[in-house]
Amino acid sequence: MDLQIALILGQDGITNGAIYALLALALVLVFAVTRVIFIPQGEFVAYGALTLAMMDAGRLPGTIWLLLIAGCAVAVLDGYAALKAGQQRRLAAILGLNLAYPLALLGLLKALPLPDLPLAVQVFAALLVVVPLGPMMYRLVYQPIAEASVLVLLIVSVAAHVAMVGLGLVFFGAEGYRTPPFSEARFELGPMLISGQTLWVVLASLLLIVALALFFDRTLYGKALRATAINRTGARLMGISPALAGKLTFFLAALIGVLSGVLISPITTIYYDTGFLIGLKGFVGAIIGGLASYPIAAGGALLVGLLEAFSSFWASAYKEVIVFTLIIPVLLWRSLKSHHLEEEE
Amino acid sequence: MNATAVNKVLEVRDLCVSYGKVEALHNANVSVGEGQIVTVIGPNGAGKTTMLSAIMGVLGSRGRVDFDGSVEGVPEVERMVARGMNLVPEKRELFGEMSVEDNLVLGAFQRYRMGRRDHGQTMEEVYDIFPRLKERRTQLAGTLSGGERQMLAVGRALMAKPKLLMLDEPSLGLAPLIVREIFRIIAELRRRGVSILLVEQNARAALQVADYAYVLETGEIAMEGPAHKLADDPRVIEAYLGLGGKHQDKLAH
Repeated sequence: MDLQIALILGQDGITNGAIYALLALALVLVFAVTRVIFIPQGEFVAYGALTLAMMDAGRLPGTIWLLLIAGCAVAVLDGYAALKAGQQRRLAAILGLNLAYPLALLGLLKALPLPDLPLAVQVFAALLVVVPLGPMMYRLVYQPIAEASVLVLLIVSVAAHVAMVGLGLVFFGAEGYRTPPFSEARFELGPMLISGQTLWVVLASLLLIVALALFFDRTLYGKALRATAINRTGARLMGISPALAGKLTFFLAALIGVLSGVLISPITTIYYDTGFLIGLKGFVGAIIGGLASYPIAAGGALLVGLLEAFSSFWASAYKEVIVFTLIIPVLLWRSLKSHHLEEEE
Repeated sequence: MNATAVNKVLEVRDLCVSYGKVEALHNANVSVGEGQIVTVIGPNGAGKTTMLSAIMGVLGSRGRVDFDGSVEGVPEVERMVARGMNLVPEKRELFGEMSVEDNLVLGAFQRYRMGRRDHGQTMEEVYDIFPRLKERRTQLAGTLSGGERQMLAVGRALMAKPKLLMLDEPSLGLAPLIVREIFRIIAELRRRGVSILLVEQNARAALQVADYAYVLETGEIAMEGPAHKLADDPRVIEAYLGLGGKHQDKLAH
């Protein structure tokens, strides 16, 4: 291996690592606030990328139907509760958000000549379709069992993941897609050739991480999520309901997932089931951070990206094995180093 | 009952709470008038904390909770907070890894959510009552001393500008001088117009500061009456105040 190849591999590793870092942060966030190990995180990556691909190909993405159905279910559940409690204003908000919004979006997607619109508009439309599935999923899947043990939540996560992969096959077919790059530009930096898309991925990831940090540090809603992660009872007594915190967290997780998807789909071909492997690599990063530390999780995910790039050069048949084997020494080290805190729960 | 002239902020009727088959609270009737301090005293395990948790909606219950003019069948925490009820729990439940100031700001979360964004001003009022918190504003809540933690817990609850503040054992685990300080603050809060439902094991201090008092024993209200009358009741003296506790008296003043 010469310097040239090392630079290319390093660039690849950092690009993928940036995406894994975003997913790792989302996984840590979801676990800290709701104790859910969010296996379907990867599906949001695939859904985002493939919804964009469908729009680019001029087809109506199947995810809009999922949004409609999930919206109906939420509207029925929450609407009934609001009706029973006699909260008219809340009822209106629930119907607007869960029924009117998906319908309006469906009409918009049908009316707009999506393939002819600029890529940025398509990306925005993909966000509008897929991101609301996050909070809806929390409402339908996790909110009814919010007090269950971590293991039960994990099992439900696996089920949700399997269901979403199956639906993905129905919506998008078995074919893989690549979306057009955000930028065709190429920059020469000494011996290195950097593509515009790589820059997009790295810069967008950094920007998103900074935005998240600001959100958690400066805004009251961000602080409320941190407070829920630190002390659930205390947060409830301040009027921060676990349901609100859960929905907000899943909104952020879905947003991160979909953005990761549209960022990576010009670089990698995305199939309906690709999300799982991408999410799993983010998960390795999150585990390195002990599902608790954001900076270590992001650093770990970057390490995973680099390790994957270099092992694909030396031993490409074993590249996944090498990446996932990383988790064993990490777990060993963590279990030797940390004390058991489980009883405290 | 309470002096009928005052409006009732809280009126609890036939409140029952069970843990499985065990009934921890049986047909409790309690009311708090506007601007009053009402205390519930009683031994460990009598159901005092259970009662507060049920009124707040942390625990499920049967009965009727009439708060600020409208009835809740089964209260729900977030709704009660939004309507102006606040509980300072026995364990404080602070956000240990966040600064004092962030803890306080979060106390105003429900108000902020409903569009009333005056927490800056409320915070100054809280700092006015607890100057110590202002000194420690950037410190993490987990590093505070016991008394400061209690002050922070009360201050955080005050950030919501509650109509009714419920305090669960505010003196628990605090040094006698700090206990005195806490009771001084409770009296000060009433002067500022906050109605308070106070649960205490420190019966002497509680009866001294309160207007009206209930004695809770094994899940049922055993006695009630104006606090100064109850303080003179021989049964209360024997069971909760004891004789010759002169230094306790001094500390409570």
